[in-house]
Amino acid sequence: MTETTPQQSKWSMVGKDPQTIPIDQIDLSHPGIWHANEFLPFMARLREEDPVHYCAESAVGPYWSVTKYKDIMEVDTSPHIYSSEPTIGIVDTFEEFTLPAFISMDPPKHDEQRRVVQGVVAPANLKNLEGLIRSRVCEILDGLPLHEEFDWVERVSIELTTQMLATLFDFPFEDRAKLTFWSDVATAIPGGGIVATQEERWQAIQECMAYFTKLWNARVNAAPGNDLISMLAHGEATRNMPPMEYLGNVILLIVGGNDTTRNSISGGVVALNENPAEYDKLRKDRSLIPNMVSEIIRWQTPLAYMRRTAKVDTVLNGKQIKAGDKVVMWYASGNRDEEAIANANSFLIDRPNARQHLSFGFGLHRCMGNRLAEMQLRIVWEEIMKRFSFVEVVGEPERVYSSFVKGYTKLPVVLHPK
Amino acid sequence: MEVSPGVSVMEAAINNAVPGIDADCGGFCSCATCHVFVNEQWLDKLPPLGPNEDAMLSLSPDRRENSRLSCQIPVVDALDGLVVTTPEFQF
Repeated sequence: MTETTPQQSKWSMVGKDPQTIPIDQIDLSHPGIWHANEFLPFMARLREEDPVHYCAESAVGPYWSVTKYKDIMEVDTSPHIYSSEPTIGIVDTFEEFTLPAFISMDPPKHDEQRRVVQGVVAPANLKNLEGLIRSRVCEILDGLPLHEEFDWVERVSIELTTQMLATLFDFPFEDRAKLTFWSDVATAIPGGGIVATQEERWQAIQECMAYFTKLWNARVNAAPGNDLISMLAHGEATRNMPPMEYLGNVILLIVGGNDTTRNSISGGVVALNENPAEYDKLRKDRSLIPNMVSEIIRWQTPLAYMRRTAKVDTVLNGKQIKAGDKVVMWYASGNRDEEAIANANSFLIDRPNARQHLSFGFGLHRCMGNRLAEMQLRIVWEEIMKRFSFVEVVGEPERVYSSFVKGYTKLPVVLHPK
Repeated sequence: MEVSPGVSVMEAAINNAVPGIDADCGGFCSCATCHVFVNEQWLDKLPPLGPNEDAMLSLSPDRRENSRLSCQIPVVDALDGLVVTTPEFQF
C-alpha cells in the first residue's frame, strides 16, 4: 500500500518511549505517530517540560512546537509577529508547487479575499441550506445496511461531505468523487498512499485546475449566483485573480470543507464508542447534540496544527524566537491542555464551555466554515439518533498518514436499529 | 440586568445566560462571536475601537456602524443603562 511505512523512516517516532526519549529529540512533525495513534503522550510531555519546544533536526528542517493553549492563542492572534506567509504547512514550499490562497496570506490581502467568499458560509445563507443538507443526510443514512459490517468513512463521512461540497460549488453532481480525490491529493505526502511522487500529485492538481477553469468560464459569463465559484468569478477582489491564485483558493475551500468535517463525522463515532457512558447520556438526552458537536470537534481536532513564520525576533513563553523561524501551533495539543480546559483528556458531551476549543483557530484566520461544519455535524447526529440505537465500531480504525490532517481512512461499523 | 463593574459586557451576558452571545474565544477579541449593536446614544461613551477589534469585525458580513465586540466593553458606572442588541447569528 504505502511506499514509505512509518517504520522505515529514520525520522519516525513510532515505538519510542515518550517518557525517556531525550526531550530535544521529540519531533511531532513526522506522520508516523499520528498514523499509529501514539502522539498524545509526546504532546503531554512537551506541555509539561518544554511547552515551546525547539526541534533542531527533522525531515522538514528546524521548527518550534507550541503546545500550550495560551501560547497558541498568542501566536494565532499576533499576525504582525507570526506570518501566515509563505505557507501554513510544515513543509517549506517550492515556488513551482505553490498555490497561493488567503489562508497563507497576511492582512490586508487576506481580509479582502476572505470577505468575498465568507458570505456563502455565513449563518444567514446556511439557514437556506439546512433543509437540503438534512434530506441528503437522511438519504445516505436510510441507504445503509443493518446488522452487517461496512466502512463508515466511505459510506457516510466521505459521501456526505462530498455531496455538501458539490452543493456549495454547484459542481456537477455526477463528478463529485473528483472533489474527494483532489482534496486528498492537495494534502497528500508523496509515497503516503494517495500519490507516489510529487509529479503525480502535481498532475492531479493540474487536472483539478483545468476542471475548475471550465467552471469559472461558464460562471463568469452567467449572472452572479450563490455558489462559491460564481462568487469568486464576480467578486471585486477576486475576479481578476491569477489562475494559480484561483486554484489555490478553490483547493483551500475543498480541503477546508472536506477533510475536516469528514474526520469529525468519523471521530464522533470513535469517541462515543470509546466512552459508552457518554453514548448513554446522548441516548437519554438528544438536546445535548449541539454541545456534543463542539466537544467532538475539540476531541478530534481534525487539523492537528497550523504553521506560522516569525517576521521579527520575538520571545514566546521565555523562548527566543528569531525572524524567519518556523513556528507550529499544535491545536491537537492545546485542546488537551489541562491548564486551560478542565479534564481535557476526557470526552464529555455535556462539558461546560465546550465551544472554547482551538480546533477552528483564533484571530483573523479563524475557520471560515465553522458554522457550516457545526450544522452538518448537528444534523448528522440528530438523524443518526432517530434511526440507530448504536453505531458500533467493530474493528480498529485506520488513521491518516499525516501530522496535519488528523483523521480516519477506515472505520468498520455495524448499525443497530432502534 | 444588574451587573457589578469589573467584568465585560460579554461576561455579564454569559454569566446571566443571555442568549445570542457565543464568546467562543472566552474574551480575547479573537473570534467575533460576541458581536453586538450598540444603541446610538451610548456609542461615544465606549472605549475607542481597537485595531484587533476592528480587524475581527471587518470580517463579519453583519457589521454595521454601531458594531462592537462585547468582550471589549467593560462594565463601568458611566455605562449604567447601556442598551445593546445582538445580530441574528454570531459568526
